[in-house]
Amino acid sequence: MPEAREFWRWKEYNWKTPDFDWKDATLITAGVDVGSVSSQAVIMCDGKLYAFSNMRTGSDSPNSALNAMKWALEGTGMTLTDIHCKVGTGYGRINVPFSDRAITEIACHARGANYMFGPTLRTIMDMGGQDCKAIRCDENGKVVSFLMNDKCAAGTGRGMEAFAELLGVSIEEVGELSLQVEEEPPPVSNTCVVFAKTEAAGLLRSGWSREKVLAAYCSAMAHRVASLLNRIGMKEDFAITGGIAKNVGVVSRLEKELGVKALKTNYDMQIAGALGASIFAKDLAEKAIRNK
Amino acid sequence: MQGGGNTIAYYGYKDGSGDFFIRLDTDKCKECVNKPCVDACPAGLLEIFVNDYDDVVVRVEEKHRRKIKYSCSVCKPVFGDRIIVCQAVCKLKAIAHTW
Amino acid sequence: MMITAGIDVGNKNTRALILKDREVISRSLVLSDFDHKKAALYSYELALSKAHMNKEDVNFIMATGAGQEEVTFANGRITEVGSAARGAVFLFSSTRTVIDVGAEESRAIKIDEKGKVLDFAINEKCAAGTGSFVESMSRALEITLEEMGALSLKGEKSVPMNAQCAVFAESEVVSLIHARIPVENIAKSIHEAMASRISSMVRRIGIQKEVLLIGGTAYNKGFIAAMEEDLELKLIVPADYPEFISAFGAALVAADKAGGK
Repeated sequence: MPEAREFWRWKEYNWKTPDFDWKDATLITAGVDVGSVSSQAVIMCDGKLYAFSNMRTGSDSPNSALNAMKWALEGTGMTLTDIHCKVGTGYGRINVPFSDRAITEIACHARGANYMFGPTLRTIMDMGGQDCKAIRCDENGKVVSFLMNDKCAAGTGRGMEAFAELLGVSIEEVGELSLQVEEEPPPVSNTCVVFAKTEAAGLLRSGWSREKVLAAYCSAMAHRVASLLNRIGMKEDFAITGGIAKNVGVVSRLEKELGVKALKTNYDMQIAGALGASIFAKDLAEKAIRNK
Repeated sequence: MQGGGNTIAYYGYKDGSGDFFIRLDTDKCKECVNKPCVDACPAGLLEIFVNDYDDVVVRVEEKHRRKIKYSCSVCKPVFGDRIIVCQAVCKLKAIAHTW
Repeated sequence: MMITAGIDVGNKNTRALILKDREVISRSLVLSDFDHKKAALYSYELALSKAHMNKEDVNFIMATGAGQEEVTFANGRITEVGSAARGAVFLFSSTRTVIDVGAEESRAIKIDEKGKVLDFAINEKCAAGTGSFVESMSRALEITLEEMGALSLKGEKSVPMNAQCAVFAESEVVSLIHARIPVENIAKSIHEAMASRISSMVRRIGIQKEVLLIGGTAYNKGFIAAMEEDLELKLIVPADYPEFISAFGAALVAADKAGGK
């Protein structure tokens, strides 16, 4: 991979709770979300979040699933066999070799978001690497309505990466930079990322600052996402998950356009799918125990 | 799991040229035994599957979701009558097109 | 002597063409960039100077293309569908279907023997069905468009391309390179994917022979081969300047307006 492409590459990481030891738990479950761009693994002990990892998906789904899982396990002393039930989700869910069941990312996202944001959550916007999903759910995290768009890069993390690449800024800086404008410019008029990039190159040539171009793109993205939400019927409380939830430039503009504030959480919003999968795994394990 | 209200699934896409989604009311759909829409669709777009909540419902085949605008064009000629077959055969009115 | 001009302002390129008694005497092509007004004027002046003409010599100017409104000095305007149809039937009278694939838009036009438009379909807001798609892919492969066209003819086996979107397809192409798929097979697959989208659009209006391919993408041998395979017929492809057919059609209409048929 040439070095020039590296600046949009975000950091991979893992996390483990300092609050309790897994050896005290009676039921250990895991969820793995293999997305087209990033993969996450989550481990829960008795329904409480214990550890997780977030990595870039490699060219091979089964390996990506395993790597994410291994990294979440790192330093815990736990092994795969200690986990009672595992659920795979995401674009590569059928390729999670060690999982007990595959569940769609829509259902897992709703379930995970319900855990993170609480039972008042009704609408979720998930903006992933290569898709975006608008989901309505009930107080139990059950899906009431959903829409997924994976045909087009507009409104996805990959679309934002293409822009960051064009402007030579890191994907993590995009949001902050886009807010450093005195006046909000009109949004980029082309929806298509390819055409929007051409438009942006022209705007730069005509003297626009990078910040202004980013502001115009973030607001175009917010507008697009809002239209998807309106399609399924926007209802409060509202939350945003996925990589772009970390982009304050898109989030603040989306909130403004919808006229609602997105719920905040201390959980890492990229793990919603994997978290939901591990909760489904807990249901499955409990059901299996009951049926014994 | 129990939930209130009908579950609505949208299959299709939005791109620069517009919104192209088939809207399926799965709570109505799961009540239908024969699911005549599946065989009636001239483009063979629909399939029956068991969803995450163990309901037997119809969905749009994965391979058609990203080109639904063209897949559905059989029922949507530029000139002449538009008879959207899946919609016409669905007695429960569980299927709708957004375009 | 009757001098007329056709100016085709596309989203990416602007073309001007000067006719003397319905014979082409000059052509010019400039980037539309941001100022379509400037591009229109510049291309017009360039074409005039190539023809050794002055503005006073010109009897009638017709504008066409997405930015036709910006051609403030034009005497008349015609849609890009109308101008393409006019140019097509003049050059190839047996044409009944015109497929026009430009950089940022593509269309399929059904015409009668007089060049009258019977039906048409357009794709303009998404790069997947336009010349930009193949261009992005050649960038991902790090070869020129010409190289990619030639290579794709040597491709023996295509690989399925899942992505519709040009941005996603770029990542897919990169992963195909990493998976050591021969580049000629990747090139073949790219053209097939593109052709299948264009064919879907053409089928919408119904295919009637003869089928003419115009627009900048008509230079691409790999795309032509993929289209012919997909549509199961032989295409008529202009030997030169396929991207000037609309400007030519507009200039012909200008000639009709200027001095009788």
